Amino acid sequence: MAERWRSALLLCLLMAASSLANSETPVSSSTGNETTGTGHETAAITTLPIVTWKWHHVEVPYLVALWVLVSWLCKLVIEANHNVTNYIPESALLICFGFILGGMIWGADKVQTFKLTPTTFFFYLLPQIILDTGYSMPNKLFFTNLGAILIHAIIGTCWNAATLGLSLWGCHQGGAMGNIEIGLLQYLLYGSLMAAVDPVAVIAVFEQVHVNEVLFILVFGESLLNDGVTVVLFNVFDAFVSLGGGAIDAKEIVKGIVSFFVVAFGGSLLGTVFGLLISLLSRCTKNIQIIEPGFIFVLGYLAYLTAEMLSLSSILSIVFCGVCCQKYMNSNMDENSIQTVRYAMKVFANGSETIIFVFLGISAIDKTIWVWNTGFILLTLFFILIYRFIGVFILTWFLNRSRLVPISFVEQIIMGYGGLRGAVAYGLAVNLNETKIKEKNLMVCTTLIVVYFTVILQGVTMKPLVQWLNVKRAATVDLTLVEKVQNKVFEHMLVAIEDISGQIGDNYWRNKWRNFEEKWMSRLLLKPSARKKQDRLFNVFHQLNLQDAMEYVKEGEHRGSLEFIRNESAFVDFKKKFGEDYEEAMPDIMAVMADDQGSAMRRDPVPSVSLEMHEQNMRGLREAEGINSHYLLDQHLYKSRKQHRYRFSRSHLDINQDENEVQEIFQRTMRSRLESFKSGKMGVAPPKTITKHTKREPQPKMPNGRNKPYHSGDEDFEFSEGDSASGYDTSFPMRVGYRAGAGIENPAFMPDLDPSSPLHIPPWLADAGLEVNPVAPSERAQVRTPGHLHRLASLRTSAQPGDTVRDRNLLTPPPPPHRDDDHL
Amino acid sequence: MGSSRSSLRGVPDGQQLLQETGFSAALLLRLHQRFQFLDKDSRGHLRSEDLEAELSENPIGDRIVGAFFQPGQETVDFPSFVRVLAHFRPTEKNWTRDGVQPEPANSRNRKLKFAFQLYDQDRDGKISRTELLQVLREMLGLQVTEEQLQSIAERAIQEADLDRDDAICFDEFRKSLEKVDIDHKMSVRFLE
Repeated sequence: MAERWRSALLLCLLMAASSLANSETPVSSSTGNETTGTGHETAAITTLPIVTWKWHHVEVPYLVALWVLVSWLCKLVIEANHNVTNYIPESALLICFGFILGGMIWGADKVQTFKLTPTTFFFYLLPQIILDTGYSMPNKLFFTNLGAILIHAIIGTCWNAATLGLSLWGCHQGGAMGNIEIGLLQYLLYGSLMAAVDPVAVIAVFEQVHVNEVLFILVFGESLLNDGVTVVLFNVFDAFVSLGGGAIDAKEIVKGIVSFFVVAFGGSLLGTVFGLLISLLSRCTKNIQIIEPGFIFVLGYLAYLTAEMLSLSSILSIVFCGVCCQKYMNSNMDENSIQTVRYAMKVFANGSETIIFVFLGISAIDKTIWVWNTGFILLTLFFILIYRFIGVFILTWFLNRSRLVPISFVEQIIMGYGGLRGAVAYGLAVNLNETKIKEKNLMVCTTLIVVYFTVILQGVTMKPLVQWLNVKRAATVDLTLVEKVQNKVFEHMLVAIEDISGQIGDNYWRNKWRNFEEKWMSRLLLKPSARKKQDRLFNVFHQLNLQDAMEYVKEGEHRGSLEFIRNESAFVDFKKKFGEDYEEAMPDIMAVMADDQGSAMRRDPVPSVSLEMHEQNMRGLREAEGINSHYLLDQHLYKSRKQHRYRFSRSHLDINQDENEVQEIFQRTMRSRLESFKSGKMGVAPPKTITKHTKREPQPKMPNGRNKPYHSGDEDFEFSEGDSASGYDTSFPMRVGYRAGAGIENPAFMPDLDPSSPLHIPPWLADAGLEVNPVAPSERAQVRTPGHLHRLASLRTSAQPGDTVRDRNLLTPPPPPHRDDDHL
Repeated sequence: MGSSRSSLRGVPDGQQLLQETGFSAALLLRLHQRFQFLDKDSRGHLRSEDLEAELSENPIGDRIVGAFFQPGQETVDFPSFVRVLAHFRPTEKNWTRDGVQPEPANSRNRKLKFAFQLYDQDRDGKISRTELLQVLREMLGLQVTEEQLQSIAERAIQEADLDRDDAICFDEFRKSLEKVDIDHKMSVRFLE
C-alpha cells in the first residue's frame, strides 16, 4: 500500500516536472548563473558559467524517456496487486491511469501537450508488438486454421465496414444524428476504420482469459490479417472522399478490388522475403553471436517500413516476417541469442503496449477534440456489436460445413464478443484529413469511446463470460511422449489413407509442404548442424527428462539439501526397480535408501545418498582433474532447446528455470535408467565396449566445453552421447536381441558387431563429415561418467575381469580437444 | 435416393455397407470406383502391392497396408476395404451408445483400436517394447541413434504402462490418449 502511494507521488512529481519543463515560462533565469534561460542561445555571456541549464538541448529525448518511464511506472503500480488484475484487465487500468495523468497535465497546462500521435504510434510503438506476435505465433495452429482466419479477416471486415457505414448513413438520413455534415462516402470511410479488430487489444484482453488455442488463434489471427483489408479499405475510401462522389465509376471500384490483392499479398510476400533473409543471415552469424539477436529487430522493422513505403500492408509484412523466420532462427542461433531475442521482444512489445494504453487514456483529456453527438456515438456502439455478432455467426456457419472440428456456438459468441477495437482505429481516425472531413473530431471522439468501451467494458466482462459459458480453456499440460508419438502416427496414417482412397486433402498438402520444406528450405536456411536435430519427438523426449530432473531438484531443494547435486559421487536412484536390483548387491545402500522411501515423488528417489565406498574414488578423481564440481556444473552443462509452449502470453515465458542445475541430474538419470532397464531385463552379457572406446580417442572435433561460456546447439548431440557412453555396457547385447526380433530390417541400423573394427561410422552419418559424430561421446560425458556407476553395473551383472580396467580408463579424461566451430 | 440405390448394384454388399459404415451412397460408389482403379488386374480383390503402390514415402505405410488385411489373408475385397476406411470418417457427435446397434466404425473406441493394432502386429493385445521400438525406428529412424530410440521407447512405456508389465495393453493405450482429440486427429474428410 505504502509503495503504491510512493509511486503515485513520484508520478505526480514527474508530471509536475514535465509540465513545468514544457511551459514556456523561462524558468532558468534564476539559476544563479549569468546565462540566458535557454541553453542553446549563444547570447553574450559575461562570465564563465559553471553549470548551465540546457533544457532545450535535451527536451525531446528527455520527454520521450520520461514518458516511457512514467508509463512503465503505471504498470508497476497496477501489477503490485494481483487481486485487481484478476478482474480488470491491465489494459483497462492503464487507460484509467492515462485519464489521471491526462487530467494532471491538463490541470497544469490547460492544454493537452501530450497525445498519441499517429506517427509515434504507427512507427515507434506498433511494429515491435506485431513483430512479437509474428515471432511467437504458433505456426502449425495458424496455418491449419488459415482458411477460417482469412475468411473472417477479409469477408468479416468488409462486412463490418459496409454494414456500419451504411447503417450509420441510413440513420443519418433518418435524422437520428442531428445536423452533421457527413456524406455516404465519409460514412463508409468511417466504417472502414472502425471495422478492424485490433491485435493489441485482443492480446491484452485474451491474455488473461486463456481460452482454448483454436478459439484464440481464430480471433487473434483475424485481428492480424485484417490489417490488409483495413489498409485497403481506408485508402480506397480516403481516395474516394478526395475524388468526390462524382468521380467514382466502375473503373475505380475495380481498381479498389485489385489494390486489395496487391496490398495484401504484396505485404505478405515482402514479409516472407524479409523472413527468409533473416534466416539466411542467422545461418552466417556464428562469429558475431553477441549482436546476433539484434538482426531480427532491425530487419523486422525494415520489413515494416518497406511495406509502408510501398503502401503495402505493413502489419502483414512484419507478421509474415516473424512467422517465416522463427523456425530457422530458433534452430540456427545460439541458445543465448534465442533467449535474448525472446526476452527482448517481450520487453519491447509489453513496453509498447503499456505506453499505447496510457496514451490512449491521456489523449482523451483534451477539450478541443470533444464533440458529443449522442446519436452518432450510441448508434456506432450498437451497430458495431450487432454486426460483429451477425457477421461471426454467418461466416462460422459457412465454415463449419467444411471444418473437421466445428466451432461451437459458445465459441462463436466469444469470437463475436472478442471483436475488440483498439489503438489502430484511433490512429487511423486521427490521420483523417480535417479539411476533407469536417467532422473529424466527432469521429475521433467516437473512436475513443468505442475503444474505451471495448477495452474496458468488454475486457472486464470477458473473463466472467468465458467462465459462465464454460468455454473450453487452454490445455495446461504438455503432451506426454506417448501422445506425441501417437500424433505423429496419426499424421502419417491420415496421409496414407488419403493416398489410398485417392483424394487430395489437407494432409496431402501438408505432407507435400513438409517434404518440400525439408528438402529445399531447410537445406538452404539451416546450418547443417541444426538440420540434423530437427526432430520434434526427440526434443519432447529431452524436455520430458528435463522436467523429471527439475522435479527432482525441486524435491531436493524442498528437503533442504542440494548437496547431492554438487557431490558427484551421489548415487541417484530414480526407479524402484533400480533399487530392487541393487538390493542384493549392496545392502548398505539399501539401508540408506530405506530412510528416504517416504519421499513423495512418484519415482522414489534417493536424493542425499552418498556412497561411501565410492566417495574416495570420486574425490580422487576430482583432485586428479583439479576441478571442483561448481566449475564442472557451470562449464559442462548441456542446455536443451526447450520449445516453450504457446501460451501466448505477453508476460510469461516458460523457460527452464533450473536448467543449470538440472543437466547433471538429467544425464545421470538417463544413464542410470538405461542401465537399469537393460541389465535388469535383457540379462547379462559381456559388455562390448571396446569398439566404442576406440571411437572416443581419435575424435578431433569435440566440444570444448570448458573454455566456452556458451554452448551452441551441438550440445544436443553430445549430450546424448553421454547416454551412449554409459549405455555401452549393456546396450550391445540389447541390440543383438532386438535385431533378432525386428520385423523391419533397416540397413542403417546394422549393429556394429565386430568389436575390432575401428572407427565405424554409420553410413548415414559418414557424409556429414566429422563435424558432428553423434556416436562418440563428448569429453564432458567421459569426465562425467561416474566410474561408480560402471562399478555398480559390474557388481550387478556378473563381474567381468576386464571391466574394472576399462572403468579406470574411463576415469582419466583425455586432454580437452579443441572443437572447430565450423557450423556452417 | 432411388437412383443411387440402383447404382449401388455393382457394389458388393452395397446396402449392408451403407448401413454399417455410414458412408453416403455417392461416396460408396466413388470408393468402389477407386477400388476398381487400384485393382489393376480386375481380380475383384486387392493385394498389398496394389495398395503400397499408392503410398508415397510413408514411414508406416506398410503397417497401414497391413491393417487392411485380416491376419493370414493375402487379399482384401471391397467390403473389407470400405470397412477399414470407415474408421476414418469424422465422428458424429450425437451418436449414443444404446447397446443394440453395433458400435460404428468411426467411434472413438474403434479408431483407437485401429491405431492400437498398428503397433500390435502380433495381435497379442499388448504393445511390447519391441513393437514400440519398431514403430519409433520407422518414424524417426535416420535422425536418432539406437540408444536414443531405446530411451524414447522406454520412456514412452514408463509413462503409459500402469500395471508395470512392461507392455501397453489397449486400456492403457486408451488412457494415455484420453486427452488427445482422436476424433479430429484420426478423421479424413472424404470427398464425394
